[in-house]
Amino acid sequence: MEKFGFSLQKARVINYDSNDRSIVEYVLEREPSLKLCIECGCCSAACTTGNFTDFSLREMHILLKRGENNEVRNKIKKCMLCGKCILVCPRGVNTRNVVFLAKQAFQKYSAHAV
Amino acid sequence: MVNEGKKRVWSDYQKEIADDHFFYVRSCIRQSFYPGSEQFFLNFLRNDLGKDVYENPSHTTCTGIGYHGDIVPFSTTQTVVARHFALMKESGYKNIAISCVTSFGIYTEILETWKHFPEELEKTREYLFKATGREFDIPENMAHTSDIIYKFRNEIAAKIKYPLINKQTGKPLKVVEHIGCHYAKMFPKHGVGGAEFPRVLSGMAEAWGGEVVDYPERRHCCGFGFRQYLVQANRGYSLSNTVKKFESMRPYEPDLVLTNCPGCNMFMDKWQYTAKEMEGMTFGSNGQSIPVLTYEELAGLVLGYNPWDLGLQYHMVQSEPLLRKMGIEINSEDKYRTKDGRQMPIPQNLINA
Ligand code: SF4
Ligand code: SF4
Repeated sequence: MEKFGFSLQKARVINYDSNDRSIVEYVLEREPSLKLCIECGCCSAACTTGNFTDFSLREMHILLKRGENNEVRNKIKKCMLCGKCILVCPRGVNTRNVVFLAKQAFQKYSAHAV
Repeated sequence: MVNEGKKRVWSDYQKEIADDHFFYVRSCIRQSFYPGSEQFFLNFLRNDLGKDVYENPSHTTCTGIGYHGDIVPFSTTQTVVARHFALMKESGYKNIAISCVTSFGIYTEILETWKHFPEELEKTREYLFKATGREFDIPENMAHTSDIIYKFRNEIAAKIKYPLINKQTGKPLKVVEHIGCHYAKMFPKHGVGGAEFPRVLSGMAEAWGGEVVDYPERRHCCGFGFRQYLVQANRGYSLSNTVKKFESMRPYEPDLVLTNCPGCNMFMDKWQYTAKEMEGMTFGSNGQSIPVLTYEELAGLVLGYNPWDLGLQYHMVQSEPLLRKMGIEINSEDKYRTKDGRQMPIPQNLINA
């Protein structure tokens, strides 16, 4: 790279044309209740992992739906699959299954292997 | 909507452009970067159309770059512009023709300020009189030079030699037009088509046979942004804006970018070089960059002027791919030769050459 004394910042627009929605599609097919999520964040508030780390299940849901998988791929490993989030979700989303299926999808598509 | 109604609505988006007797004001950077543009404008108006265009040698900068860079206070800018109006009054002209969109933005901002805050106008009259002993009138008509070319676009179309058609495929060339933020975004009524339907460049491109590309970031900034650029460490903001715009137009494979403002032209041209050097990015078809032309350069090309007389070789992105598509014959040996036949130094690392 030439040294110009400044650099190029990547655009922060959400580009649905180039983003990869294959992971969320895999999850939605098997756990359609994710469609009901209103991104209220109750799950994040109840989450023990979220209490001690920067993990937020709501954030995972948002990023998955946008097809921004890179961050989700690593962060989602932090979930302990304890299921506390299911108890508080006002929309009845089977959140633990969402996490489980997302992990499975990352494993399944070799390009995304965890 | 019936045709009648459409016409009435559209008339609100029109501006009155004077027909003759222009007091021409120069830009700071245009003559150095795109010398052929100004020459074309003056020559076309004076010699081809027989119009009266007067240029006063005492005219100075409008302070626009300093004003938007936060180093010139607004009262100073108003007084400098008032001095230009005084020169115009002394020379006996009433129609001003401004050749830079930054200046055009400054002039419109000042005229609107004086309309809404008459006390600013009085203060400026006083400052100018105390400093120079001059007095001024507000122009009767204010046009950007592109407005004037737009007004005479059909006269150009009537004499067209190389329409904007791809000779190899017979299809219209795809033109990205960039009118510049300060042309009509701030004070829409001063621009042809207002802020919503700017017609000034698209009108020209279509009149000369081209097809205008409507892409998502069509109205996005060219990246100049003044403050973003003037401090070196901030230039990444400027470049990132330009790259965002070019990435958005890339899928449409435009054949050229047509600009309204000398600043936009500089950034859309030179940042393509920077993006290529930094990240290896190109935005045109076949891994090439997109030539960026001013409206006068394009008008000159379609009329059959020699591209080297129009100064196309002074751009960073070279126009040869476009010239080939238009079927314009070029002599590469003359590219860097002066009129009296001397060889000029040949620049290195040019794009598309
Ligand atoms: S609690 Fe339920 S609705 Fe709220 S963000 Fe979590 S999954 Fe979505
Ligand atoms: S299942 Fe995962 S996301 Fe839900 S509360 Fe437990 S650790 Fe948090």
